[in-house]
Amino acid sequence: MLTLQCPYCGVWAEETELHAEGEAHLKRFGPGSDDEAFEAYLFMRENPKGVHFERWRHSNGCGKFFHAARSTTTLEVFGTYPAQTLEPPQEIKDKISAKYPGWSWREFA
Amino acid sequence: MSNVVSALNGVSRSGIAVVEETGLRGMVTVRGDLASKAMGKALKDVIGAGVPEVRQISSGDKGAVAWMSPDELLVICDHGAADEVVAALNAALAGAHVLVVNVSDARAVFKVSGQSARDVIAKVAPVDLAPEAFEVGMMRRTRFAQVPAAFWMNANESFEVICFRSVAQYVFDLLAVASAEGSEVGFFN
Repeated sequence: MLTLQCPYCGVWAEETELHAEGEAHLKRFGPGSDDEAFEAYLFMRENPKGVHFERWRHSNGCGKFFHAARSTTTLEVFGTYPAQTLEPPQEIKDKISAKYPGWSWREFA
Repeated sequence: MSNVVSALNGVSRSGIAVVEETGLRGMVTVRGDLASKAMGKALKDVIGAGVPEVRQISSGDKGAVAWMSPDELLVICDHGAADEVVAALNAALAGAHVLVVNVSDARAVFKVSGQSARDVIAKVAPVDLAPEAFEVGMMRRTRFAQVPAAFWMNANESFEVICFRSVAQYVFDLLAVASAEGSEVGFFN
């Protein structure tokens, strides 16, 4: 079972205490943006084999959203970090690089 | 004035642990900047307890203060005193960006006591309840089987559990089954 540490309350929460909230680092396109950008924001998602960034919510706990970096193939968790950020912390990127040299995910690498 | 009753009217059941509804309890939700000086002073003045550390509960002469999330606390006091606590906290925190609200009747409170209390809680919540992992003074928000709940431990190894009032019967039934006679696990003792 997947166990993630909530960066807010520090609990090592197992999957059933959390709720998966889709992909992390989505950039919003709202009114005024062109159709293509809006479609991409609404529907276009990564479905990688390997490194992935997800948004989770500690729903049966402190209730906060956070981000997690993990591998979809090995289920290895590289780390979790607060959602108030535009990109993953360098330390987590370094950890991923050690395991998957040359990885990339959307605009991050 | 209407007659205020708790969710299950003080029902209790005993097996390998005693499960009882503790009755009416005052609860006040406080949201705001927990690190601010004003917050610490207000709680000290009104409850006698300081702002608890992350996932802790601190107690004072007029009640206890539990950590709920990075910007939320739950003040636990006598049911009759809740409105006064709200007024006093609002006065003490005047001008600050905070929310103080009386939620006493939103929840039910249960007490689980007895030698196997740890076993009973561990059966229904995904929490490490080993004596070295869960100690007096900790507050844990989690789930009890299918519903959200939170609990903390008193000095005599009895647990107090809070859940939403709408699921009080579910939680009581759950705890009653988990503490049925002859269902000892004995993992912690």
